[in-house]
Amino acid sequence: MSQKRELVIAGDAIGPASEWKATTGCKQVGDVVVALQSGLLAKYNGKVSVIPLNGSYEPRAGDTVVGIVSEANPGNWIIDIRAPWDAPMHVSEAPWRVDFGETMAYLRPGDAILCKILFVDGQKKVQVTLKDRNLTKLEGGELMEVPPVKVARIIGKNGSMLNLIKEYVECWLFVGQNGRIWINGEPDEVLLAKRAIRLIADEAHLPGLTDRVRAFLEASKPGGVDADLFTEEE
Amino acid sequence: MGVNPGIELIDKNGKRTDGRKVDEVRPIHIEAGVLHRADGSAYLEWGNNKVMAAVYGPREFNPRRFQKADKCVVRCKYNMAAFSTSDRKRPGPDRRSQEISKVIADAFENVVLTEKWPRGVIDINMEILQADAGTRIAALTAAAVALADAGIPMKGMVAGCATGKVDGKLCVDLNGPEDNYGESDLPVAVNMTTGEIVLLQMDGHLTGREFEKALDMTVKACDQVYQAQRDALERRFTAKLDELEKDTPAPRRGKQQEAKEVVEAEVA
Repeated sequence: MSQKRELVIAGDAIGPASEWKATTGCKQVGDVVVALQSGLLAKYNGKVSVIPLNGSYEPRAGDTVVGIVSEANPGNWIIDIRAPWDAPMHVSEAPWRVDFGETMAYLRPGDAILCKILFVDGQKKVQVTLKDRNLTKLEGGELMEVPPVKVARIIGKNGSMLNLIKEYVECWLFVGQNGRIWINGEPDEVLLAKRAIRLIADEAHLPGLTDRVRAFLEASKPGGVDADLFTEEE
Repeated sequence: MGVNPGIELIDKNGKRTDGRKVDEVRPIHIEAGVLHRADGSAYLEWGNNKVMAAVYGPREFNPRRFQKADKCVVRCKYNMAAFSTSDRKRPGPDRRSQEISKVIADAFENVVLTEKWPRGVIDINMEILQADAGTRIAALTAAAVALADAGIPMKGMVAGCATGKVDGKLCVDLNGPEDNYGESDLPVAVNMTTGEIVLLQMDGHLTGREFEKALDMTVKACDQVYQAQRDALERRFTAKLDELEKDTPAPRRGKQQEAKEVVEAEVA
């Protein structure tokens, strides 16, 4: 990411299909690769893709997301996962033994949960589950929302950006693939984390992002979490 | 296509009532991303037409009986504001607005990758704030920009224009008086990537030869409309990028931090 990326509009011809293999956000039409979405062009190793600047979350099996319960039915809950479709969660996918009609005793509309997409079928019927490691009902903390297309940058390569934030901020942080982020900790720490995430979301497509985020965090909290420990010991 | 009360629609020099030549399009200005509550939006000024378009979705289509199992539905709502015309327009859907909503929805179903969201719906709302002939094409042009702004995958951008017959001459992009007292009107919308015609209607009479010429003139005019759409989207996205390219702002101090500083100062 050293130079500015080219902007393309839906329908733009990107290049000859003989040179470029179309991946996400584009399609081969005859002899040319055509952009299907407006966004930034990424060409790498003979492959070309369009990084969208806008768009909704598309659920994929295995994604961990932050969902909000929108309905509690006798045998399932309906979870809003910010996708075009609501995702039901059957009582058998909850980590508790829930009797028929007793769903409200465990999860109520408005509750946030950290859940996993169990499957998405051809008709885009989505099922989510709470039965896995680390999946839980979220209690306390704050939720923030960022565009789902920015999630990849917030996490960074192998979680590098998230680790950077955690170097400076002492709080629980979880980023759902659907762009919902749960943060729990001291109010000052949560505020700083939220600002850092907002910065990443706003500047996600610009080069040198990591440096700017580090500069921001350093300016806000010189030395990071370790510095806090140091002063406390003093 | 009313009776002309004696207005000279094309003068001796071949100029129209607003001074344009027969193949000249009215000035177009489009702004993308104007509404924050919508997933995508656009505001368009085309001559004296003013249109606002907003896109919501894709989202689940309720009631479920209207869902399509294998694709999403593109649902359009074209509406003229009561104050958009010189005589007050009676608010609410009427025969004309339902027809226009339908033909625009059909046009977009051809370009949006609807199979990506089975059982879903994409809502496109178009509000005509000020009308001066050619509002269906103006609404469609704004809606296409709003769709692109929403990040909805499309096979290509849709641009449109109309050509009509005024005082026996073919003119591109009719204005109010020309539309009212002209002899014919031919609105066309084109998928600018493939060149496919996605909307074509005709009002009044044209001969076969005139029709072919009018179609050619319209398709040529669509290029200008498309350029305005591109400019709007490029402005929208590059503005976003340029705005962000400024230096990182200094961190704002939180209320708690300020309070802490006050307490520390007092203690000192």
